[in-house]
Amino acid sequence: MANIISDETIEYVGILAKLELSEEEKEQAKSDMGRMLDYIDKLGELDTADVEPMSHVFPVQNVFREDVVTNGDEREQLLSNAIQEKDGMFVVPRTF
Amino acid sequence: MNITDMTAVQLSAAIKEGKTTAVEAVEAVLARIEEEDKKYNCYVTVDREGAVAQAKKVQAQIEAGTLQGPLAGVPVALKDNLCTEGLLTTCSSKILYNFVPTYTAEAVKNLTRAGAVILGKTNMDEFAMGSTTETSAYGPTRNPRNPEHVPGGSSGGSAAAVAAGECIYAIGSDTGGSIRQPASYCGVVGMKPTYGTVSRYGLIAYGSSLDQIGPLTKDVTDCAAVLEALSSHDERDSTSIARDDTDFTSALTEDVEGLRIGIPNDYLGEGLDAEVKEAVLRAAEVLEKKGALVERFDLSLVDYAIPAYYTIAAAEASSNLERFDGIKYGYRAKEYAGLHNMYKKSRSEGFGEEVKRRIMLGSFVLSSGYYDAYYLKALKVKALIKKAFDEAFAKYDIILGPVAPTTAPKLGESLTDPIQMYLGDIYTIAVNLAGLPGISIPCGQDGKGLPIGLQMIGDCFQEKKLIRAAYTYEQGAV
Repeated sequence: MANIISDETIEYVGILAKLELSEEEKEQAKSDMGRMLDYIDKLGELDTADVEPMSHVFPVQNVFREDVVTNGDEREQLLSNAIQEKDGMFVVPRTF
Repeated sequence: MNITDMTAVQLSAAIKEGKTTAVEAVEAVLARIEEEDKKYNCYVTVDREGAVAQAKKVQAQIEAGTLQGPLAGVPVALKDNLCTEGLLTTCSSKILYNFVPTYTAEAVKNLTRAGAVILGKTNMDEFAMGSTTETSAYGPTRNPRNPEHVPGGSSGGSAAAVAAGECIYAIGSDTGGSIRQPASYCGVVGMKPTYGTVSRYGLIAYGSSLDQIGPLTKDVTDCAAVLEALSSHDERDSTSIARDDTDFTSALTEDVEGLRIGIPNDYLGEGLDAEVKEAVLRAAEVLEKKGALVERFDLSLVDYAIPAYYTIAAAEASSNLERFDGIKYGYRAKEYAGLHNMYKKSRSEGFGEEVKRRIMLGSFVLSSGYYDAYYLKALKVKALIKKAFDEAFAKYDIILGPVAPTTAPKLGESLTDPIQMYLGDIYTIAVNLAGLPGISIPCGQDGKGLPIGLQMIGDCFQEKKLIRAAYTYEQGAV
């Protein structure tokens, strides 16, 4: 395997991805990601020096509209999906 | 003819003629679900009461003459990543086990306007990540053609429901083949339209630059009728395209005279099952006999589509799935220490293995220091792949080939080796990268009796050519 994923890299990716992996899952992730990157490295065979990256296949531009409210008050419905709510607000754990 | 054996066009005609009613139709399909779904597990949620209530309302409108059209009163199944107001929408994930949307996807609203009766929500690979419907948190779906085998994925529940008569037609989404491949494995018709044709508003995002909603149906006629109803320009999807050529049913004609069809040699090479190859080439001969000009050519870059796709799709997924944090909706871990630990634990417990694998990969390829080498590189390769298709479509109206290298694998054989599973997407995936329309239609079966799918790919906005060719093949093949 050409790509060796270090413990530090997996820790760092875990922080970016907001995932907490068990030791066993970390080992699996290191091996899976290494294999996948080996596979993705195939793209290196192509010379893309003069190629513009293409994010969309059509020339899409920003779509603007007037800043007018069109939706109604859906607070009750939206809050009904929350695990915890209080006085019309989402409840989260203490942050300090 | 049994109601559950009818196509949408046949059933809506029977309702209009008074031979049956929308209520009788929905009850027949619900009875079929009751009978069969324990075996196949096509559905995550069946909305019995809601469906009957909708059918009564629609029947009244049909009788009043305010609803006509080929979908009026016809029961439909929706993939469980399409938001439906008031109806559980899980994406087949534990993290959305309790999510009840406050709004309905625009594509679904378009169907409802056309008189569709929504039966419920179909099983899928979790967040549409998978090719077998085995990554669902709610158990795998089985292939109605042979329950030892997978139905394909990620829209496996939708394809299986059509094949089992547990709906008249279904809606799926396709990010790398997720409509076309299960359609092929289950022996039904599936179509991914040109990117931007169907609004993605209310479709739970996986890879936003690749995702498109489309139909899974019993025949090409229904496919055209359903796509016609689904398509619309929507201000709330900034990638939605205003098209004035979405009268797809007008293309249901038997005529391929002079149609230029190219078969990529790259789609017939190593890894392709011999029986699949034979069936696909036989289908090409049918079209040739009807006047199409068929030849082989080299498409090039085929082997680069999968690595480019998984880089881009994983990157977009890692960003799109950040929203699942256990606060506003969905699963929250029971035990945690502080806010950030709550995010991490909720996500780690709520997401399945394949979803976590792609979020990790996506986070990595977007991270500082690797962004240029992986993500930007993949976007450049995407540009090259698009160019290769542009060159092919300068010579051909349609590219023809298999949908998948094999017929449906057995349950439990695919998930042990992710890369092996990804390789099964080789013929479908480039279509999403290039934003093209593609259709999958049945073209026979293998020695085990499993269906084989024929794929036809068109240039952007050329759905009508695909429908015309698919319809002509269907007429000739019967």
